[in-house]
Amino acid sequence: MIRSKNIQQKIAFHIFRLLSFGILGILVWILGFIIYNGIQVISWEFITSYPKEGMTEGGIFPAIIGTIYLVIGSMIFAVPLGIMSAIYISEYASNQKWVRFIRIMTNNLASIPSIVFGLFGMALFVHTFGFGDSILAGSLTLGILIIPIVIRTTEEALKAVPESYRLGSFALGATKLQTIKNVVFPIAFPNIMTGLILSVGRVSGETAPILFTVAAYFLPKLPQSIFDQAMALPYHLYVIATSGTDIEASKPIAYGTAFVLISIVLTINLLAGWIRRYFEKQNSI
Amino acid sequence: MMIEAKNINFYYGNFHALKGINIAIPANTVTALIGPSGCGKSTFLRLFNRMNDTIQNTKLTGECLVNGQNIYDKTVQVDDLRKNVGMVFQKPNPFPKSIFENVAYGLKVNGISDKKYIAERVEQSLIAAALWNEVKDKLHQSAFALSGGQQQRLCIARALAISPSILLMDEPASALDPISTSKIEELIHELKEKYTIVIVTHNMQQAARVSNKTGFFMYGELIEYSDTKKMFLNPENIQTQNYITGRFG
Repeated sequence: MIRSKNIQQKIAFHIFRLLSFGILGILVWILGFIIYNGIQVISWEFITSYPKEGMTEGGIFPAIIGTIYLVIGSMIFAVPLGIMSAIYISEYASNQKWVRFIRIMTNNLASIPSIVFGLFGMALFVHTFGFGDSILAGSLTLGILIIPIVIRTTEEALKAVPESYRLGSFALGATKLQTIKNVVFPIAFPNIMTGLILSVGRVSGETAPILFTVAAYFLPKLPQSIFDQAMALPYHLYVIATSGTDIEASKPIAYGTAFVLISIVLTINLLAGWIRRYFEKQNSI
Repeated sequence: MMIEAKNINFYYGNFHALKGINIAIPANTVTALIGPSGCGKSTFLRLFNRMNDTIQNTKLTGECLVNGQNIYDKTVQVDDLRKNVGMVFQKPNPFPKSIFENVAYGLKVNGISDKKYIAERVEQSLIAAALWNEVKDKLHQSAFALSGGQQQRLCIARALAISPSILLMDEPASALDPISTSKIEELIHELKEKYTIVIVTHNMQQAARVSNKTGFFMYGELIEYSDTKKMFLNPENIQTQNYITGRFG
């Protein structure tokens, strides 16, 4: 009896281990595939020059810059809005029905397919507000896409702050706002960072929301203002892999683009992880 | 009277947690509130810095007076009240900041920015909380590096820094070892010269050691309230006697 229990356990854990290795394998495979194919075209020139010869040669500089602009633009819009909403929901709102309603709506917002956001962004920002195909319209669309992520992770981070800190602060005559600003938020900040990292990854990789709102097939110069169109890495990848002038010839460039995209996301993750650890250390001083 | 309760009733939802409490606590004394778990003594304590305001779905009737003023009056600013009525919690809850910043916190949130004054107050408060000698060389280190007992004295210093006249203590030593506990008790003895202290405790020896007056709570009622000596030597109520002698609770 006992022996069969132990055997069952052994088998179960072997299966679990195999599966987790399998997942690791898939990840390594994807990364290896992209790195192996991409690294061959990566050079300083590839990163810093414009596409040439109908995108079969040259670099992806404007797409990198475009993606950076979109990440910054969407964050400027989504981070303050998302964090402030989350603070309201978890620290101020006292009507639980109302809170639950907001939470359901945010979750729904998070599960809307991103192409729908693209369509909405086009209708509202591009046409109704008259921003045209522009970095502004694209950033706002991407911003709406990531607001639910920011709200949810911020809320979780705030909830994880023990109530005793809040009470301790109130007991010293601090107002709610002072308590949030001086005690709760600094403690929650490292965890909020995680949400922001996830959002950056999401923004830099999304194609559908920028399709109708900002992304350009090819631009001979960098965007000059937030009302200009921009190229972006995921869209550039899509274009040269499906509808370039010579798809076979531009294949290496597609892999190079994928390589750069992945590198940017990984670098941001590492950077944000480092920032997070830095602030955690600050908190435990 | 420093603190007065007049016919207090308090409800958590439908649960009647405090039933018709009347009490008058004189200034510069230590009053211990004892009673079995769930008897309402902590709830009662938290009425006086309006900490129960943070709990939803509660109802209060009756009057809570501090220095003759009803603290639940609409004109009372709750943060002003809490400046005057400090609180020390059951578990030490220093902020994840330096020792200095912990003590300075209450001053800063109350609008004091004079650095010299803050530094003076921090030192005075740490001295008053009998912690200065242990921490004076590491004021800018984390409060978390302190032992549990030191952390609790830091929380007392933090409460003293904003010069309250009343100090509410909710089982301040129950999470501490015996040596730290006796330090806290010594401290309470010294503090009563300047402050009016109300302490909730599970430990009857502690109540007997530190307090001038004792109130015994059971099932949300204040069964008996009198001088501590009388309460422990010659209680009037049979329930009090049973509780003190350990036949109940």
